Amino acid sequence: MAKTKVIVGLGSCGIAAGARKTYEKIKQLQEVENLDFELKKTSCIGMCFREPLVEIIDEHGSYIYGNVDEGRVVEVIERHVINHEPVKELVVKTDLFQTEDNHFFEDQVKIALRHCGYIDPESIDEYEAHEGYESIKKIADNEIKPEDVIGMILESGLRGRGGGGFPTGMKWKFARNSISSEKYIICNADEGDPGAFMDRSLLEGDPHAVLEGMIIGAYAIGATGGVIYCRAEYPLAIKRLNIAIEQARDKGYLGDHILGIEGFCFDIYVKEGAGAFVCGEETALIASVEGERGMPRKRPPFPAVSGLWKKPTNINNVETFANIPWIVFHGPGAYAKYGTAKSKGTKVFALAGKINNSGLVEVPMGITIHDIIFKLGGGIPDGKRFKAVQLGGPSGGCIPEYLANTIVDYDSVNATGAIMGSGGMVVMDESTCMVDVAKFFLNFTQEESCGKCTFCRIGTKRMLEILTRITEGEGEEEDIEKLEELAYQIKDNSLCGLGQTAPNPVLTTLKYFRDEYTAHIIEKKCPAKVCKNLLTYEIIADKCTGCTVCAKKCPVNAISGERKLPHLIDQEACTHCGDCYSRCKFDAITVS
Amino acid sequence: MRIARIKTCKEEPKSDVVDLSLMDGLIKKYQGKKGSMIPLLQGTQALYGFIPPSAFEKLSKETGLALSDMYGVVTFYAQFRLNPVGKYIIKVCHGTACHVQNASKISESLQEALKVPDGGTTEDNLFTLESVACLGCCSLAPVMMLGGETYGKLTGTEAVKIVKNIRIADKTDKSPSE
Repeated sequence: MAKTKVIVGLGSCGIAAGARKTYEKIKQLQEVENLDFELKKTSCIGMCFREPLVEIIDEHGSYIYGNVDEGRVVEVIERHVINHEPVKELVVKTDLFQTEDNHFFEDQVKIALRHCGYIDPESIDEYEAHEGYESIKKIADNEIKPEDVIGMILESGLRGRGGGGFPTGMKWKFARNSISSEKYIICNADEGDPGAFMDRSLLEGDPHAVLEGMIIGAYAIGATGGVIYCRAEYPLAIKRLNIAIEQARDKGYLGDHILGIEGFCFDIYVKEGAGAFVCGEETALIASVEGERGMPRKRPPFPAVSGLWKKPTNINNVETFANIPWIVFHGPGAYAKYGTAKSKGTKVFALAGKINNSGLVEVPMGITIHDIIFKLGGGIPDGKRFKAVQLGGPSGGCIPEYLANTIVDYDSVNATGAIMGSGGMVVMDESTCMVDVAKFFLNFTQEESCGKCTFCRIGTKRMLEILTRITEGEGEEEDIEKLEELAYQIKDNSLCGLGQTAPNPVLTTLKYFRDEYTAHIIEKKCPAKVCKNLLTYEIIADKCTGCTVCAKKCPVNAISGERKLPHLIDQEACTHCGDCYSRCKFDAITVS
Repeated sequence: MRIARIKTCKEEPKSDVVDLSLMDGLIKKYQGKKGSMIPLLQGTQALYGFIPPSAFEKLSKETGLALSDMYGVVTFYAQFRLNPVGKYIIKVCHGTACHVQNASKISESLQEALKVPDGGTTEDNLFTLESVACLGCCSLAPVMMLGGETYGKLTGTEAVKIVKNIRIADKTDKSPSE
């Protein structure tokens, strides 16, 4: 009988939820009780809403336990490992019986995330045991020509998963066709989109898949050097990448004449980004790798012709690379089987915001937004109404509830005014103010604008000023028109994607939620009760017990009243901080 | 966030604080390599917590990098600091998911409790409070990162409690509670 395995999910989210303590506790228990099981680590399995996660594999199969914090370790280990009785009520996923969360996995197809949460990311042996490095071996053993590898990627229909959606095979072809003795392949792991975390999860959970994708890409285009440009905010990803690179070098997957392929010499190193959103743009990223300010430049020449150190360079995103080994191993047809006519395969989405099941999901292209949010995501918490979903981060837009039947593929999403982006899906409910959200994104792009193009640098600032005014109750009727005019000017007169897409959050909210803008401007009201200056706090005399808590805590002493008698808020003095509202234990304060 | 960083250090910290010889290994490692400006500056900041003016001069003298280029790079990227920081850096996430889950309340509570503005350092030099773009833990929003640990699903009160506990642990000379 195989030994029982106990596997703890140690991705960033898991660790933040206390998984390291869970791991230590299990280890301690194993030592003290002298228990006979194999304790292992893995990364994020995607169910961030049930972290910390512990998987137990016994002779019957696999059981994934959710919410196993330190305090539950003893119960789970004692009952399952010692007494062989699974704690059914805590199991979130198993093939052996129905669980409450099984629907989270029902529509998922895991290709890019195939190993995440199943293998130990720090072990090359485990990766190799799961089809790992088999694709590059297949290429070496069958002497598949670089052109044919490109042909496979073209046939698979894979499009850039970083947001652009440009066909990956085409990109490789351009780089292949540039003649040079020196070429580079870069993995863009500068996941700057606030609200997207699939690249982090992939790098933490399956770094070898990204390396293998890069090695295949390097073979296809004839690259001599590889760089992974990773955000410094992802320390765990960087650590695991460096471990993986060392292991791959030791086994001869990186280095000179890889797998005996004559003349195929290629190595990779990790470059830590220093924090600039604009570095997601190819030419800015290259400038940053070269050690300069990350400012985009004019194209052409495209990086495929003149990129890093003026040599032909190909840049793909983490998720794109993670798909490559699977496509080569299983064949392009197997990949193209999923998806829609123009968007093939699967896409990873990061669900966050006002949603019950936040986490990572990988679904075939063509599924509706509604299904992602309500079937996989489990809907909106606290019985609130779904209002909109934000796709594509600061470059994207908000898709309203009535368009929830939009299918996810590049073209359908673009038609709404949003973009697919890297796949961040931030769900918003009735308590989210859309003007505030637009302001939030503009604040972000305004700060991250590199300053090269006037319209992007100054235009975003002016738009932010107008939005700030609106949220503070100082909006004027012609503001909407001004916003629109500025938006189109910024789109038309910016060099790079940052500026060209920066107005999207404003344009989509204006398109779908114009009434919220007018409510702010004309009626001086924030329907979602978010914009502080537009709120009025009042004490309901019948409910107030006169406990004096609010009066004591009010930072501007705007609340007065006798003990045990109803209090009163002085509206002139009130700064709308909401402190009294959140402190009142008797629901005696209303906001309107 | 960005504007606050551009201020230079008004006076050079005492020379016993900045031991420039610490940089020798770093400079040797990158000497003559192309594209090394950012790694050199990152390495310098890793040594001192910020980049002191004298370190710029040393880098310039020994590697030939222009002061103006380095200053350009340092003020461009969010990571670099020109002012000393506290022992612990509190990074409050203001990504989209955290924003819609009321991250500003976390920042406000911490600002009030620590009596520092965003980007400021407490009087006892223990904490520096920063707002950051996205820490990539969106499913645990709102989050903050402190001393390498990420804390999720916070409220203002909880955030303040965590910081207070670290202050107590630090004063009694114990490592912060794991």
